[in-house]
Amino acid sequence: MDRTRARPPRDLRPLVILLVALCAVALAGCESSAPQDFLNHPEGPIARKQDGLWDLVFAVAVAIFVIVESLLVYTVVRFRQKPGRQAAQFHGNTKVEIILTLVPSLILAAIAVPTVKTIFELAEEPPGAMQVTVTARQFWWEYRYEDQQVVTANELHIPVDTPIRLRLEGADVIHSFWVPRLAGKQDVVPGRINFLTIEADDPGEYLGQCTEFCGASHANMRLRVYAHEQKDFDRWLADQQKPADVDLASRGADLFMNGTCVNCHAIGGTDAAARTGPDLTHFASRNTFAGAMFDTNRENLVSWLADPPAMKPGSLMPDYGLSNEEIDALVEFLLSLE
Amino acid sequence: MATAALPRRRGLLARPTAKTGVWGWITTVDHKKIGILYGVTAFIFFILGGLEAVVVRLQLARPDSTVLDAEMYNQFFTMHGLTMIFLVIMPMGVALMNYFIPIMIGARDVAFPRLNAFSYWVFVAGGIFLYSSFFLGGAPSGGWFGYAPLSRQLPGNGMDYYSIGLQILGIASLAGAINFVVTILNMRAPGMSFMKMPVFIWMSLVTSFLLVFAMPVIAVALFQLMFDRVYEANFFNPAAGGDPLLWQHLFWVFGHPEVYILILPAMGIVSEVLPTFSRKPIFGYAAIVFAGIAIGFMGWGVWAHHMFVAGLGPVANAAFAISTMFIAVPTGVKIFNWVGTMWKGSLRITAPFLFAVGFVAMFVIGGLSGVTHAIVPSDTQQTDTYYIVAHFHYVLFGGAIFGIFSGLYYWWPKIFGWTLSEGIGKLHFWLMFIGFNLAFGPMHILGLQGMPRRIYTYPDGMGWNIWNLVSTAGALVIALATLVFLVNVVVSKARRQEAGDDPWDARTLEWSIPSPPPEYNFLEVPEVKQRDDWWHRKYVETPHGAPARVFAGGADGDHDDDGHDIHLPSPSYFPALSAIGLPVLGWGTIYYNTPMMIAGGLWTLLALFGWAFEPSAEEHH
Amino acid sequence: MATHEAAVAAPHEHHTSTGIDNAKLAMWTFLGSECLFFGSFISTYLLYRNRVHSGPTPHEIYDIPYTSVSSFVLLMSSLTMVLALAAIQRGDHRAVRSWLLATAMLGTVFIGGQIYEFTTFVEEGLTLTTSTFGSAFFVLTGFHGAHVTVGILMLLTLYGMSLSGRLTEKDTRPVEYIGLYWHFVDIVWIIIFTVIYLVPTNS
Repeated sequence: MDRTRARPPRDLRPLVILLVALCAVALAGCESSAPQDFLNHPEGPIARKQDGLWDLVFAVAVAIFVIVESLLVYTVVRFRQKPGRQAAQFHGNTKVEIILTLVPSLILAAIAVPTVKTIFELAEEPPGAMQVTVTARQFWWEYRYEDQQVVTANELHIPVDTPIRLRLEGADVIHSFWVPRLAGKQDVVPGRINFLTIEADDPGEYLGQCTEFCGASHANMRLRVYAHEQKDFDRWLADQQKPADVDLASRGADLFMNGTCVNCHAIGGTDAAARTGPDLTHFASRNTFAGAMFDTNRENLVSWLADPPAMKPGSLMPDYGLSNEEIDALVEFLLSLE
Repeated sequence: MATAALPRRRGLLARPTAKTGVWGWITTVDHKKIGILYGVTAFIFFILGGLEAVVVRLQLARPDSTVLDAEMYNQFFTMHGLTMIFLVIMPMGVALMNYFIPIMIGARDVAFPRLNAFSYWVFVAGGIFLYSSFFLGGAPSGGWFGYAPLSRQLPGNGMDYYSIGLQILGIASLAGAINFVVTILNMRAPGMSFMKMPVFIWMSLVTSFLLVFAMPVIAVALFQLMFDRVYEANFFNPAAGGDPLLWQHLFWVFGHPEVYILILPAMGIVSEVLPTFSRKPIFGYAAIVFAGIAIGFMGWGVWAHHMFVAGLGPVANAAFAISTMFIAVPTGVKIFNWVGTMWKGSLRITAPFLFAVGFVAMFVIGGLSGVTHAIVPSDTQQTDTYYIVAHFHYVLFGGAIFGIFSGLYYWWPKIFGWTLSEGIGKLHFWLMFIGFNLAFGPMHILGLQGMPRRIYTYPDGMGWNIWNLVSTAGALVIALATLVFLVNVVVSKARRQEAGDDPWDARTLEWSIPSPPPEYNFLEVPEVKQRDDWWHRKYVETPHGAPARVFAGGADGDHDDDGHDIHLPSPSYFPALSAIGLPVLGWGTIYYNTPMMIAGGLWTLLALFGWAFEPSAEEHH
Repeated sequence: MATHEAAVAAPHEHHTSTGIDNAKLAMWTFLGSECLFFGSFISTYLLYRNRVHSGPTPHEIYDIPYTSVSSFVLLMSSLTMVLALAAIQRGDHRAVRSWLLATAMLGTVFIGGQIYEFTTFVEEGLTLTTSTFGSAFFVLTGFHGAHVTVGILMLLTLYGMSLSGRLTEKDTRPVEYIGLYWHFVDIVWIIIFTVIYLVPTNS
């Protein structure tokens, strides 16, 4: 309670340090490799549109932030008590007050225009959209391609450059479908039907998850979207339309042992003992294949068996012209080699 | 229910006479003692809610952590939110309103002293009821927002405690709000017209009106949820056509005014603290008052911005986007006015001043991120992510809690007669300021990196590890800062530096009376001539506009007069007694125990009758 | 009880800033709050009245002539309430007691009618759990009934006070304020009756 003694300016130094630190933190945050980061990596026209609005508003907000906080800090530093300083006794300034009410109003009005425009644009159903029905359940997702008669779960496959109109149906409690890099989220409400359009520019895997609190395992209600080139998507669709083959792996083993594979590859404990190609005894336990280039997964293996040189130019393993069924069986077999 | 009982009529219980000791506190109807009770109770809940937050942060510090399992995590984050909103920020505001509304408007008590005590005891009963769930099978785990139908379907009794516990707390809030409305409208000292009221009083009035109209809406939603859960009604049962969005509409029609209920008292505090330490009148009094009223009105027209991804359609979304943007205008007015208040002042950098400036600085951030939510298309990306968590902590912690601490440091000498240490107070401020920004600043980034809210864990490789760790470290710094505050109280109490009546050379009526104030507050009810009346009694303006001291004395009157002629309401057992029945009724309802329900209900009813026919206070004087 | 409270804080015509008695202001504020309470329940009912997945529809179950009669009874109780206030103001204590009792009786008849109506509905297959319509109907009208019951209790308390000589023409505020509450509950019923029984449904 030293109200007569002037405070030294060091009182305010922590504030300055903190502001600088905050800016540093904010800048550091821009460098991010987060797979659900939507700010730096919108990967489709819808996410890009949303991101564009964000960039505009964020720029305005940062400008206002800098102006107001600088003014605040300046005021506190400049007018702190000093011997002989008299506080000016004034009650207001109508002109300044009117200006400071009008300016924010105008800024907000300016922001409102593109906002409202975009709200209505994004609400429209884009022409030529593919329809998929999404049903959210505690704690997983079901996808129904009604026209194509395909049902799958958790991993949504879509073609690139095609708007996908998701019809969201709730089953138990409210969930929210969100794949940040493709579009903003939309709640899935039981008893109501909501729609969400997503679209991807490029093939790839896009992570997402449920964002409306839905109970104990809300955190574990994740999802993935795989975007494919149209022909790959068509093949995926064709595969999905086939009836389940319970013994796919054993058919794959037969193909491997009786076909051309054994001529080059070895599998320990079997008749296959050739050494031309890589040993495949515990193939599925490796994270990558074909020279540590590709992740060991179904998708890559299918592409590989369909046309190895296409993936790895000059590959000694030629395209054997395998049918889709044969490829699936072989992949199933290979993935069982853990 | 009854008129003033005639003298010598017997009530159910004789009126208690103890003014000190435990019974003195339990039976008190003195608004100042009730204010202190509110403050202490709310602070205990602040520590509980803070510990819950720390455990939540420890769980989230690293990916795939196992400090809490999913169920416990959900209970902890739910109870953290409920505690901080209903058991900390609201009652802390009420604590300061209770203590200072009467003495800032020149009154000797609130309009209904026993109703005031009743509010407090019902609040305590509600808090105990809510927390008893931890020991009776598990706390609520559906989030403070309790979205149906999840809240309807969650197993166990947690959400029953939610629906009934909040109902009890709502009774306390409603009774308190009506009391404050009447007190402010009716109990002002002669001459204190509306435009001479301190800004804190104005904000308290707006807050109270918001409570009066918001509490019944949540009461309806909670009743519907209770009937669904306990008696198998179908309000939120989608299978029977129940609409989950009904809950959301009712909840947010309450919930958004609730946000302003939390922040407006803090805005009022800051509007008292800044002029005092700038030695200037508030800049643009009328503008700041009307901005507060405008916020109060506009707060009813923005609720659906909590539902931008619920599927209301583009027309509703656009309308609520626009209303949400424009509620930023009165908020901006207030910020500019606070800066204008300091402009060309002579600023004393004290602990309450620092907290007030911290409030303004942090509220700017919370306000700006709030405007970004109004941009519906990009909001569909950020909503339900940690960006939102960051936003509302900047408003409710950087805003409301900083404002409340500013008020505590500012008014502490008035309440207790001794000052808190300025040195430790400043340490407290800087630790809390740094801890706060470390804890919640990174959450903006986490949200934009796609980290959803309310997840009990997250896998490695999402890019969220570093900022979560930083945030947890910040939470621990906040805990340390809170400890420093407690140390400050203990050290300063031992040191006991007498405050005097007017330690800050302040402006409003509470500083014109002794510290701590006598039970009757004012020996003589003051005659108010202008705004900041106390200041103008001390200073006249010279022709150059500089203030000149007119007399050197401290507070008014001579303190030897014990004011024994002043009639004050006597203490009463009934407010506390009538509160006891409510949680009993609640437990009875949850466990289908009809005798218990009847006992609880009858108990409260009888206590209310006893209250109504309690003999008048005067015969004891 | 609010009335009594004010009497303690402000004994004998205490001056208030607005000139309105504290308890009166509190009652009006409380009734303002009650408007949103019933408003929310009525909105819920309007949302749900056509959602009958099972059980009877409003159209099938409502007996409008019957409810009109009980509504008329409640409406008449407002008249007797006004007469009770007039009686206390002119100091006619016998009339006060008669009108208070009459008001309470009319209220009780209304509640009796409601209990009978509820019983009939349950027998006809509409309960709280039948449909969202059932939930909305019973909880809205049930809460209104609870308000009427509280009003009856307060009227009987006034009657008891009058018997024991605590109610005098010097302070008519208890009758006036409980009367305010009673009229409010009546007006709310007019709205509920219109919205629930008279506005046609889709079915």
